[in-house]
Amino acid sequence: MSAPTIDHTLGEILNLAAAHFKVPREKLTPDDDFFKTLGIDSLQALDLLTRLEHHFRIELPDYELQGVSDFRTLANRIQARL
Amino acid sequence: MLDLRQYASLGAALKDALERWPNETCLIEADRDREKVRLTYSDFKEMARSLCRALEDADFKAGDRAAIIMTNQSKWLISAYSMFFCGGVLVPLDYKLTPTEHLQLLAHSKARFLVVEFYLWRAITQSPEFANSRVEIVLVTEAPAGADLRGAYRWEEFKRKGEPQFVARQREDTACIVYSSGTGGRPKGCVLTHDSYLEQCASLTAWYPFWPGVRYLSVLPTNHAIDFMVGFIGPFVCGACVVHLRTLRPEFVRDAFVRYRITYVSLVPMVLRNLERGLRAKFEELKPRKRWMLDRLIGLNKLLTRGRPHMELSRRLLPEVHKAFGGELRALIVGGAFTDPSTLQFFYDLGIPVACGYGLTEACTAVTLNDLNPFRADTVGKPLPGTEVRVLNPDGDGIGEVAVRSRAVMSHYLDDPEQTAQAIVEGWLRTGDQGRFDGHGHLQLFGRKKNMIVTAGGKNVYPEDIEAVFDGLRVKEYCVFAANYLWPQKILGDEMLVLVVRLDENQQFDDRLREEIVARNRRLADYKRVGGSLLWNKDFPRTASLKVKRGELAAQIGSVAARAEVVGV
Repeated sequence: MSAPTIDHTLGEILNLAAAHFKVPREKLTPDDDFFKTLGIDSLQALDLLTRLEHHFRIELPDYELQGVSDFRTLANRIQARL
Repeated sequence: MLDLRQYASLGAALKDALERWPNETCLIEADRDREKVRLTYSDFKEMARSLCRALEDADFKAGDRAAIIMTNQSKWLISAYSMFFCGGVLVPLDYKLTPTEHLQLLAHSKARFLVVEFYLWRAITQSPEFANSRVEIVLVTEAPAGADLRGAYRWEEFKRKGEPQFVARQREDTACIVYSSGTGGRPKGCVLTHDSYLEQCASLTAWYPFWPGVRYLSVLPTNHAIDFMVGFIGPFVCGACVVHLRTLRPEFVRDAFVRYRITYVSLVPMVLRNLERGLRAKFEELKPRKRWMLDRLIGLNKLLTRGRPHMELSRRLLPEVHKAFGGELRALIVGGAFTDPSTLQFFYDLGIPVACGYGLTEACTAVTLNDLNPFRADTVGKPLPGTEVRVLNPDGDGIGEVAVRSRAVMSHYLDDPEQTAQAIVEGWLRTGDQGRFDGHGHLQLFGRKKNMIVTAGGKNVYPEDIEAVFDGLRVKEYCVFAANYLWPQKILGDEMLVLVVRLDENQQFDDRLREEIVARNRRLADYKRVGGSLLWNKDFPRTASLKVKRGELAAQIGSVAARAEVVGV
């Protein structure tokens, strides 16, 4: 099975983030600073990462999230492991 | 525990600890739900022995400085112990800093040796400043097979056979250089002696003792003053066990409490708040009858533990809550930043004592701590044994600058007599924090005099350290301040950094400039970002050498502008 496209991955991440943090999906854009847009701290971001791992069936070390604060970069990190 | 009065150095005390409890487990390392390492004190000694011998062969000498940049794991503690054994000075660096910052602090500390995790080393070697690095011997952990280590050695292979020679140190010798700030400007390397640590350890364990069988969950970074003391030195000199969790993910932190039946854990407010959020969400899911019952039991527990904690009673009244924490938790130790009293009270009401304290790197670890006799959510506790705390120049409300004197206080800032003279005046450490004592000898904090913020994650952020990211911003001049420094308030919390901008003549604060500020701000680690900007319409006051007179500018801004004028970035 071929890996999904980066746009597809990004879309899935935005959907999951919106559902998990109960924010309208249309309020989220790929280049948003997710700490700010979602109003979350770094632990909640790690929580989101865990959910994304379950969804994409991958494992991402915590350090992959170090310095990442927008959905697009996050999608790139996930895409690299799909 | 060991009688620490008999020891001259951390190395000597730790060495005896390894011999005193050979069969006790001293260290468990888990990654998520996978246990990776389990060591007895005897195993630990064996692993350190071969590293110490290899360090000897590498000409590691008494007084040599060795840095560690690693996430929490067994190799952190084995490396640190080995350096102390060989008479070295440990420089624990925050693994969350950038490669440039790591290289700056390595250079400032003049570290000859470095132990570093592979992914961090890879980033450091890719930094343009790496070419100037003067570190002589680098040990890299967990490097993949075939990886280019750029001249470093594999930690796992850096060992020699034979018996190493213990190098004695004296109480007044330097044990550690711990950086409290200054990555972007003027590094503040707190020089802490063996005496500082041994004294601090003795006073902390007098109130919160460890013993063989105690399991301490280490989730704060070991480079942090709290975890270094409570998650390494304290447990080891008492024969207790440290459980390292190599992730901060809330679900695995919660699992670790149960899996390892944790006795103590130290947390920063952000983690405590996360646990609170999780518990409150679970309570919300309960059916109305169960919720009603839970609320009644919490009320009863609150009543019965008003004077002091009754762990057994609380565990019987609220078994499900305590089971979620492993059933053997004796206290959550909280410090590093301001903690909302309502969060502390929430846990105490559930029968989980929270020991809230106050400390700073300059004072080794802790200055005050709540002794739970009785529990107080509104204070940071009482001075630890052997620690004198004074409030200088109190105002009408009794609030003034907190000053500390004890053997645990640092001797000086590395290579910076000027900053040392400002920080330690006639033997008293000026903390820059505002506080007062209540009638029961408890210290209450009311904000800060100094231009800095402390995040809920326990990170100190100094405005001077982050200004470089705005270098070249298309404005006449700019300066970053802590909002509470510009507009002092007599409460803690609500902390943020403000970018003060002076525009060029006829310049507008347009969208392009706004976007540029946002983009530059994003280059900073999330906890270092400025929260808002403020337009200032006068030239900044400057010294003869054209440095901004920060204090004067802050006073001008504070007296003319209002905090409400700050616009979110």
